[in-house]
Amino acid sequence: MSDPVPLTTDPGQVASATPPAPGRSRRLSDRGLAVAFISPALLLLLAMSVFPLLWALYLSFTDYSATRGGPARFVGFGNYTAILTSAQVHQRALTTLIYVVGAVTLQTVLGFAIAYLISRRTHGRGVLTTLFLVPMMLSPVVVGLFWRFMLDAQFGVINSLLGSIGLGQVEWLTRQRTALISLIVVDTWQWTPFIMLIALAGLTAVPKYLYEAASIDRASEWFRFRTITLPLVWPLLLIAVLFRAIEAFRLFDLVYILTNGGPGVSTETLSFHVYKVAFLGFNTGTASAYGILMVLVVIVLTQLYLRYLNKLKEG
Amino acid sequence: MAVSVDEAVSTVPARDRPRPTRRLGGRGRSLVEVALLTVLAVLMLFPVLWMIETSIKENRDVYAVPAEFFGFTVTMEHFKDVFVGPDGGRSALSVAFLNSAVVAGVSTLLATVLGVPAAWAYSRFAVKARKDQLFFILSTRFMPPVVVVIPIFLMYRQVGLIDSKLGLILIYTAFNVPFTIWMMKGFVDEVPAEYEDAAMLDGYTRLQAFRRFTLPLLVPGIAATAVFALIFSWNEFVFAIFLTSSDSVRTAPPAIAGLIGGTTTDWGLVAAASVVFALPVLVFAYLVRKHLVAGVTLGAVRR
Repeated sequence: MSDPVPLTTDPGQVASATPPAPGRSRRLSDRGLAVAFISPALLLLLAMSVFPLLWALYLSFTDYSATRGGPARFVGFGNYTAILTSAQVHQRALTTLIYVVGAVTLQTVLGFAIAYLISRRTHGRGVLTTLFLVPMMLSPVVVGLFWRFMLDAQFGVINSLLGSIGLGQVEWLTRQRTALISLIVVDTWQWTPFIMLIALAGLTAVPKYLYEAASIDRASEWFRFRTITLPLVWPLLLIAVLFRAIEAFRLFDLVYILTNGGPGVSTETLSFHVYKVAFLGFNTGTASAYGILMVLVVIVLTQLYLRYLNKLKEG
Repeated sequence: MAVSVDEAVSTVPARDRPRPTRRLGGRGRSLVEVALLTVLAVLMLFPVLWMIETSIKENRDVYAVPAEFFGFTVTMEHFKDVFVGPDGGRSALSVAFLNSAVVAGVSTLLATVLGVPAAWAYSRFAVKARKDQLFFILSTRFMPPVVVVIPIFLMYRQVGLIDSKLGLILIYTAFNVPFTIWMMKGFVDEVPAEYEDAAMLDGYTRLQAFRRFTLPLLVPGIAATAVFALIFSWNEFVFAIFLTSSDSVRTAPPAIAGLIGGTTTDWGLVAAASVVFALPVLVFAYLVRKHLVAGVTLGAVRR
């Protein structure tokens, strides 16, 4: 991407293009303009994103409770050690890990496969892509509710279909193991199109002449895929995967609607656990510390994401 | 994947040996691929079709075991129930839809007004630590909503913004501004800065040059960006459910989710409400399909 900025701010350029006096005043007003245009947006972000997080950081060192009220007592790192040593939290971390890795892996494999198949078609690409993208545009609420209906053990259409091909009924959302699998399946259904979309963008950007050169060399299909397609699409795909991983780690609404964390605690992810501690247990201090720890994980993942993004843009 | 394994292992030095015979010719392979795509498309679209079907079924057909795919009586009752309350007045759901439209609309407008000038400034001027600022802006968008909502909840309780549309509008604006800036910066980068330089040589100030020459060229980009912001706010659930409670303020996502609270759930109604809720999103998404890659990656990836 070409960067137009130096053109307008290079002092030499300005001086040579216009008389010196207006040039100087314009540079000054440029800075004023930049400040005037950027600061409202930054102020809003400071007020609505940074300040709340700082407040949460402060609360995380106290035993404040939103319902009990009263002054917050300082407890040092007590909340943090309590969370990091809690077996409950470890279990949620494991659930989240299984969910994130399972869902993102499935989405990547499926999404890439669909994109690859679509990219090999010459006709109807646009229609196919549009159709495949529908699940992604739906609200997680709609997705969660509707799958809950479809996965219902008694009158759900999934069990009905399984029954008609002679398979037994599955209690999708009411058994510990199948509930987590259901969550992964539903998330995969919704977000496979995301990976597909980005992979497709990568696949269509691979220059045709590379394939032509390869076919002159009589390289096999697999060889072409491995040495041309995959290396060229991989950087973009990695961005999509990281993006999905961050989103999956943050996920709350689908769990809330589909399983409400249950049965037992089998589908409680970290996000959902934070919600329970904060809004059902009203241990605001502990929940804040929990949240800050999650934010730290997100920051690490985001840094990774931004670094790859930067590499992609420069490369 | 349709690449057969025997090819993979047998053709390592591909050009030195005669090509091994393929199991499938070009056409056969193509057929397999089309079949695979069809199966996948059916799998992906089935839940959506089932939702539409459920929304026009009578209740006894909705709960039929085994499920009825064809030959049910079509009814529009559920759609009527979405908009008309049991007492004949406006239903709680229709109020929620209206609230959603107001909240999403106003927050999108605010995010556009705040974000577009900022994006232009980031694109045109050598702002100090520009890259760091932009990365910081994007990372605020990645914060887990459940975590952000705890201090926001306390903050709103202090200033009386709990259960108010203004509160929702503010937080949605804050979540849409980073997206708007990133998305719009891409569009601004595509407009040559030389246009503004030329206008300024003609005696316009930089602000005038922006308004008269650059802004008109940005309109399609602004429209696409606004549509995405609209979709994000329209679909948002976490803030809505924690920050609002009364029927007069609640937006559609928590209202629809509230339909399954009781002992029995009217799934026909849920399906109809979901269809009504999702339809505008699908129409809007179709309108901005050219910009989907940039839109869904929060403006980070552009092709």
